[in-house]
Order: sequence, then structure tokens, then C-alpha cells
Amino acid sequence: MYSVRRWASRHARFFEAVYNGFEAVLTSLHPLFRRIGYARMDKPVAAVEKLVKGFLFDTKMCGSCTLGATGMVCPMNCPKSMRNGPCGGVRSNGHCEIKPEMPCVWVDAFAGSRLMRDGDRIQGIQAMVDHRLQGSSSWLREVRRKKGVPEIGDAAG
Amino acid sequence: MTMLDNPAAGHFLPLEPGHSSPGRIEKLLRAGEFTVTAELSPPDSSDPEEVFEKARIFDGSVDAMNATDGSGANCHMSSVAVCAILRRANYSAIMQVSCRDRNRIAIQGDVLGAAAIGVASILCLTGDGVQAGDHPQAKPVFDLESITLLAMLRKMRDESRFQSGRKITHPPRVFLGAAANPFRPPLDFRPIRLAKKIEAGAQFIQTQYCFDVERLKQFMARVCDMGLHKKAFILVGVGPLASARAAEWIRQHVPGVHIPDSIIKRLAGSANQKQEGKKICIEMIQQVREIEGVSGVHVMAYRQEELVAEIIQESRVLGGRTPWYPGIDEP
Ligand code: SF4
Repeated sequence: MYSVRRWASRHARFFEAVYNGFEAVLTSLHPLFRRIGYARMDKPVAAVEKLVKGFLFDTKMCGSCTLGATGMVCPMNCPKSMRNGPCGGVRSNGHCEIKPEMPCVWVDAFAGSRLMRDGDRIQGIQAMVDHRLQGSSSWLREVRRKKGVPEIGDAAG
Repeated sequence: MTMLDNPAAGHFLPLEPGHSSPGRIEKLLRAGEFTVTAELSPPDSSDPEEVFEKARIFDGSVDAMNATDGSGANCHMSSVAVCAILRRANYSAIMQVSCRDRNRIAIQGDVLGAAAIGVASILCLTGDGVQAGDHPQAKPVFDLESITLLAMLRKMRDESRFQSGRKITHPPRVFLGAAANPFRPPLDFRPIRLAKKIEAGAQFIQTQYCFDVERLKQFMARVCDMGLHKKAFILVGVGPLASARAAEWIRQHVPGVHIPDSIIKRLAGSANQKQEGKKICIEMIQQVREIEGVSGVHVMAYRQEELVAEIIQESRVLGGRTPWYPGIDEP
């Protein structure tokens, strides 16, 4: 259990590069997305996103992805949904206060961030989650942000 | 300095320049006084007198009391109600707010109400998981966490706006605090996490129990390097351990408390363990007070509250100053 996502965090630098490349490709597809319509694209893209990120990072599809700023570890796996660092309850062996069998998400996130080129992004403050975005594609959201396309009716999907 | 000018319920005092609250704690800390706060564990009762009984134990030894918010995920009287009762007697209260049981809508409402009854300081916590307490079946909320909570309350105070952007006519004048745990992994991340809390709005910090001065010193050295001690007032958590067995129990069951073996051995080897626990606590206070960047202590003496007065007196950290309490000026 947790082996794939922990493996991914140990290779955070590699996945950071892959991710950055992938993002560039997606961004270049913006004209196509626009032609089809972002609203219509969201469901199928979110399905693929869920499959890929779910397998690699166990992501929870909160819709406001932070992977690049959290050591390529999904913070929504933290039972307290901590998005800005570890709570005070981390066990002395580095495991989670709430799920003793699970290594604390933030111990892995911090270790992962130390391997990354842009690892210091972990010092930035993540805003509170917009729960309406749950299940929508954060890949497309990122492209829209880059291209200055307004959110679909605020919450996508 | 007179401490009588804490606001009475329903009265808004003018703020001193550069202050964000009219509260006693902010005044003391900004004046550079070594400040003592203590944890008041709310009663399992609807009788306000039980709150006053608990408060009176600290009379003359502490500057403010933290009203805990379902600490350890156990059910007790709510922190906002404890604060309301304490404010009736003009006690200085630090309201703890945890993100475990309430979402952003509930918390903002509570904060406005708290400010209206004269609560001037709020400690923003993520909170222990429900598994730690007496209702492990409950739904954990965690809509926010300490850092997003801090940012939200700062926005209410400084921009007079709810998180939604809607206008607040009279903003809550509150001094914002957060917790820190320098003793648990990932140790290198702990100062960064503190920096994030300060950036999000924390003006004072109360740490988890310190039983390991060396680890605290390493943390504080880093904190001072980063200049964080100039941006927030840091109060170190301390408390007496009742016995080696109690210490062992805390280590196993209370999330986040780090007690080194050496402390447990010292307790176990003593003829009067309770007395030894108190002595360790006094030594701890005297040692942490010497560390650069420490502005005070936060005493957590769960079920040993009666020791707090002696501990503070014997550690001589107040330097002859007597904290305000109701009746201090009566002959
Ligand atoms: S120990 Fe780590 S994973 Fe567990 S609740 Fe705390 S921050 Fe989250």
C-alpha cells in the first residue's frame, strides 16, 4: 500500500520534468480545446487525469492541484486535508497521527520537494479548497489560467 | 502599566497605534514583558461557576487563559462560551478555534460573536483527529486548516470582509495566534511551516509541550536566523508531568507530544514523582526563558492546575509583576 505514490515522490524531480513537459503540450492544444469547448472537454479529460494521477500519486481530484508545489505528493491524502504543511501530530517515526500505518503525507512531500528543481514552491501558501471543483480537471484549469480563459461558470464541470 | 483597560463585553476601546487588538496579551508582549498563559480545560457541565472555579486557580499567576476547543477531540463546553463567561469577570481569554468540527461559515460567525463579547485573542489550530477522542464515530470536517484559517481571520480583521468578500461593518479586533510543534518530524520543515503561519497572519505562537530543550534550541536558532522571532511572539509550551506512568501514557495517547526517555527515567527514579515533575517544569521554564526569541511560556497543567501558581512563583519568571485578576485592586 502507498508504494506507487511513495515511489513517485522519491522520483519527484523526474516527475516534475515530465509534468512540466506535459503541461507545455496541453497548453499548446489550447486552440483545439477552445474549438471543442472547455466545458465539453472537462469530463473526458478529468477521466484520463483521474486514471493517470490516481495511479501515480493516489490523487483525490480536488480540482486545485498542488502536486508541483508539494513534492509531487497529493496533500488531499492527508486525513486532515492539510495543504500547507504537516500538522503537529506526526508520529516520531514519521507516520500519520490518524492512520498509523501510513507515512505522513507531508514527510514524503517535504522529502520530495528537496529533490525538485522548484522545490521551494512548498514554502508558498496554498489557498483554501473550493469544494465545488471536486472531480473537475485541474489540467484544463491550468491551461485556462495560462491562457487567461475565464472559469466556466466559476466552477468547472 | 495598568491592565484594567481590557475591554469589557460590548465596549470597543480605541486601539493603541500599531496594535491589532485591545487585549492584554498583545499589550504585554509588545511591551516586552515575559508573558505567561495557561490552558483552561472547559468543564463537562453547563454551570458557569465551574468555569470561574477553574479560572480562579490561576489568579495572580497568568496573564491570559486559553479556552480549548474540544481538545484531544473530546467533547466539553465550547470555547466561545467559556470565553463569554470569562469576559463577564473581565478575565483575558484566548479563544482556541479548531478546524475539526466546523466549516468556514460556522467559524466566521463564532469569531464575530467572540469579538463582540470582548475576546481579543484567537489561537488558530487545525485540531486533533476525531480518532483521538471520545467520539471517534464523528465526521471530521477539516474544511480549513490552521494556515487558511489564519488567512481568513486576518482578512476579516484587516479588510472587513468575510471569505466570500461580503462586507463586515465592524471588523473583529483580534490578535491572531497559531501553534507550532518543533519536536515532531519533518524537523527541517518545522521552521518553514512556522514562517508560513506568520506569513498567513500569526502574530503570536504557542508551542506544543517542550520536554526537550536541545531540540527547542535547534529550532529557535533556525527561527532566529530566519528573523521570525521579530515577526511573532513565541510562547513555549510547558507543563508538569504527574508521574513516569502518566508521561508514558501521554507519549502513547496524546498526539504530537515528544517526551524523551531521559525525562521518564528521571521521573521513575524519584521518590516523589509528582514533586519531581513540578521541578522539571520549573527548570524547563528557566531554561527556555534564556533562549533567544522566546517571549513567554504557555502552561498546560491538565488535572494539575493547582500547581501552576507555585510553578510560576518558584520559577520567578514574572520578576515581581502580578498579572491582573478580578479583585487585585481590592484592599
Ligand atoms: S500526520 Fe501528516 S498525514 Fe497525518 S494528519 Fe497530520 S499532516 Fe496529515
